[in-house]
Amino acid sequence: MRRKFVWLAVFAAFALIASACGGDDEVDVSDFRVAIVAPSASNDLAFTQSIVDAVAAMGISPAVTDGTFVVEDAAAAIRGYAAEGYDLVIAHGSQYGGSLEEIAQEFPEVAFAWGTAADTFGLDNVYAYEAASDEGGYVMGVMAAELSQTGNIGVVGPIEVGDAKLYVDGFLAGARSGGANATPSYTGSFSDVALASETAQAFASQDVDVLSGTAQMVVGAVGVANDEGILWFGTQANQTELAPDIVVASQVYHWEVVLEDIIAKVQDGQLGGETYKITLDNGGLVIEYNDAFDLPSDVKDKADEAIEGIKDGSISTS
Amino acid sequence: MSLEDVRRRRILAYSVPILAVVGALIIGTIMLIALGADPMKGISRLFSGAFGSGNALTETALKATPLLFVGVGITIAFRANVINIGGEGQIVAGGLLSTIVALNAPDMGPFVMIPLVLLAGLLGGAIWGAIPGALKAYFGVNEILSTIMLNVVAVQLMNYLLRGPLIDPLEIERGTRIPQTQRLVESADLPRLFGSGRFHIGPLIAVLAAVVAYIVLWRTPLGYRIRAVGQNKDAARYAGIPVKRTIVLALTMSGALCGLAGAVLVFGSESHRMVTDGSTAGFTGNAGFNGIVAALFGGLHPLWTVPASFLFGGLLVGGLSLQRAVQVPSALILALNGLVVIFVVSSERFRKRLLEQPPEVIEDGDGSKSVEVTEDSGPPGRDGPPEDHIPGDDS
Amino acid sequence: MSELFTQSAIIAVVAGGIRLAVPLLIASLGETYGQRSGVLNLGVDGIMLLGAFGGYYAVLKTGSPWIGLMVGVAVGIIMGLVSALMAVTLKAVQGISGIGVFLFGLGMSDLLFQKWVGTPRPITKFPKLDVPGLSDIPWLGEMLFQHSVVIYVAFAAIPFSMWVINKTTFGMNIRAVGENPEAADSLGVSVPRIRWATVTIGGTLAGVAGAILAIDLGIFQQNITNAQGFIAIALVYFGAWRPLGIMLGSLLYGLINALVLQMKVLEIIPPDWSDIAAMTPAVITILALVVVASRFQPPSALTKPFTRGA
Repeated sequence: MRRKFVWLAVFAAFALIASACGGDDEVDVSDFRVAIVAPSASNDLAFTQSIVDAVAAMGISPAVTDGTFVVEDAAAAIRGYAAEGYDLVIAHGSQYGGSLEEIAQEFPEVAFAWGTAADTFGLDNVYAYEAASDEGGYVMGVMAAELSQTGNIGVVGPIEVGDAKLYVDGFLAGARSGGANATPSYTGSFSDVALASETAQAFASQDVDVLSGTAQMVVGAVGVANDEGILWFGTQANQTELAPDIVVASQVYHWEVVLEDIIAKVQDGQLGGETYKITLDNGGLVIEYNDAFDLPSDVKDKADEAIEGIKDGSISTS
Repeated sequence: MSLEDVRRRRILAYSVPILAVVGALIIGTIMLIALGADPMKGISRLFSGAFGSGNALTETALKATPLLFVGVGITIAFRANVINIGGEGQIVAGGLLSTIVALNAPDMGPFVMIPLVLLAGLLGGAIWGAIPGALKAYFGVNEILSTIMLNVVAVQLMNYLLRGPLIDPLEIERGTRIPQTQRLVESADLPRLFGSGRFHIGPLIAVLAAVVAYIVLWRTPLGYRIRAVGQNKDAARYAGIPVKRTIVLALTMSGALCGLAGAVLVFGSESHRMVTDGSTAGFTGNAGFNGIVAALFGGLHPLWTVPASFLFGGLLVGGLSLQRAVQVPSALILALNGLVVIFVVSSERFRKRLLEQPPEVIEDGDGSKSVEVTEDSGPPGRDGPPEDHIPGDDS
Repeated sequence: MSELFTQSAIIAVVAGGIRLAVPLLIASLGETYGQRSGVLNLGVDGIMLLGAFGGYYAVLKTGSPWIGLMVGVAVGIIMGLVSALMAVTLKAVQGISGIGVFLFGLGMSDLLFQKWVGTPRPITKFPKLDVPGLSDIPWLGEMLFQHSVVIYVAFAAIPFSMWVINKTTFGMNIRAVGENPEAADSLGVSVPRIRWATVTIGGTLAGVAGAILAIDLGIFQQNITNAQGFIAIALVYFGAWRPLGIMLGSLLYGLINALVLQMKVLEIIPPDWSDIAAMTPAVITILALVVVASRFQPPSALTKPFTRGA
């Protein structure tokens, strides 16, 4: 028995010595250190990619912990970055909010940003940001209705929550305002590419000729759209590359628009307490068209009309 | 072979899993180098992140807690020769039931609420374990199939409840629709120990569960029945033991412990609410699978699962720290997790070999030799993991 | 509901069900070989993921789906050999060793994808083959005979496996080793060798299943299998270790999934119920087995490592 403890002690000693030999942390540093914690992969062409691209677009090389769908692990990462003295820790996941509320109180000198959300918990070191994805959804829905020859439109969604629901509802509203028959279908998962693909097939069998969808699994649906000659509208990132023949446009999230303001404020000393929304109006949401797609000018005009209507408030997207 | 040799072989046996981990880390180091990361910094952060400070130790203990619960449950199930890979679903079921209870019961103060929600977790997991148990015992439906299917059902149930009936009313008000409950009643928060740190009583409850499991398995008639059924189903039946019921019980108990892990995850969490990202692993952290591995590390013995879970938890926590320090993709840590399991599982044979006792050759006084087979480990738990019973070795 | 019983809907459901069933079918068939000889391999999902990435990457670089398929085979063979090493020679506890392979496959496929590919790009899929003559049959033609080439090959594997397992010496040895390894051993059959073979076959088919999944979807994503490997393992039990049963099980699972999706598209299932609906394949599989099961016994030596003289 005693020998066992000797071995455990040896192991523990080794561990302590090894940890003492750690050395300082030196990640890629600009003079403003940003860390991002996000739930899916940085190259998912969707949610996570949008924030990583945004920070990179500002010339900052962030420390990134991606693929953190386990909420407890994400909390550990957020706390870890805060403890290492990052200037801004971006918690890019709606499910991280509850943990962030506690962590932010422990680190009052660190600025946190939480997305997609609208709650800063009344704390003065938390910013919240969200996307009015229903706006771009509406505009593209309008275009979809114009472009559709059969009048049948489909939307492939993951689970009816958060940002996904917002986008789907906006797109449906836009399509229906144009007189189309638009239907949503939620697969029940954010990552099941096969189900997304089959949903698209099911839509195809019902004479749908324009599709849209959100979440990283839609890459499967885009593939089917490409095969069947169905037009596609994307969101969160520019999806033209996936199928240059049939992607009409994508609503791209340009978080830089709000990040610039947040970072400026943090550098000025205000660590939080405000909520932000990227919209068509402030340029955070941009409809990026596929140049290779021959979009009739009257459809583009309708889209611009819708954009103006949303900006001046005359159109409601719900 | 002298007593010294026996001792030496024993020590070698216990170091085998550690050597296996080292082996996996060596491959991990190679992968770090291939990714252009500093391996020395990475590996040292692995250890310091796991054991290098009070905070690190707390995080390790907290990470180890669900592993321990699941692992102890697994040891019970394995003793009855049942494989329980439904841990993920059972953890979710326990979390859900405890959350539902907390949302609907009147606030009766911490001394009532905490045991109440923990019991609810126990019950939720027990149900999710009893279903496959009953299906196996009474309908012959293999438990591997039913537990896998029930994992699927559990995640969809969780998604439905957390975005529907159980959703935080504030979410609907704000329109953000995050699939989470409201902040659960404060009286149900697991109490923190050691001042304002993060350490809560969860790990202690887990250790208690391990002790209880040990007592049940080796000091109660029920435990005897479970082990008997696991050793030899037919002999047990012949001896009058109700085999079907025992199997159901073993799976139910295993599920209950997983459910308890779920409740601890909810009420010990920082957010004090249940939230989903659409997958089971988002809530459980893969504890349903890693707990099985922790049980193996502990030689399928409840008490030894305690240090095994702690060490494995440390590896996982350290891995997260490594990722942050050298900025490799998180996927590497997951692959490393898998490698450690592969190496340790593969090394089991050597560990068992070393624990085997060859017959001793004794020289009698008159010069002749005789062979005496010495009894090896005493009653299980005294000198270490019982060497023999790995499910499947015998029927 | 009447919209569901239109020609287009029914054809779509059956065709879609077949497509969804194929990866499950192949992986499950592979696992059957191993289990029939007494070895449980829980790492199928991890091998599928590695095969999926390997296949995807190969097609991305070469443009040929067939090379992608071959890479899937190669990855499957390698991982199958690793699994065999663990389960047969090192006698690792079955049911746990596979979990390591699963976690490793999940992480490694994602890691390689992030480092070698970056942003997902679409790839060429397998060519479709309209079976001459048969594909013109009304209804059945579209459902069954206008699929991608690999689907036909996958279904051909069923009768082939039935023949191998039931009519060849190899198959007889597999069954003997699975039922009574001691007896088989005493008759001169090398138990470890048979098990090495079957586990490797299992790994190979899992790799192929993954490659087919990725190539037929035309893309790769992190966790693209979404735990289908585990469903495949479950289906082995459903199919009572017989290729025909495996086929029926995979088709049942795939068809119900396709049916649910079609009902969502037709708005028969409202979005509020989409999670409950997503449970149905799992629930129905359990119920179906309750009805059908206990007629068949598992191989007696399943999950028991074999030691001569033990």
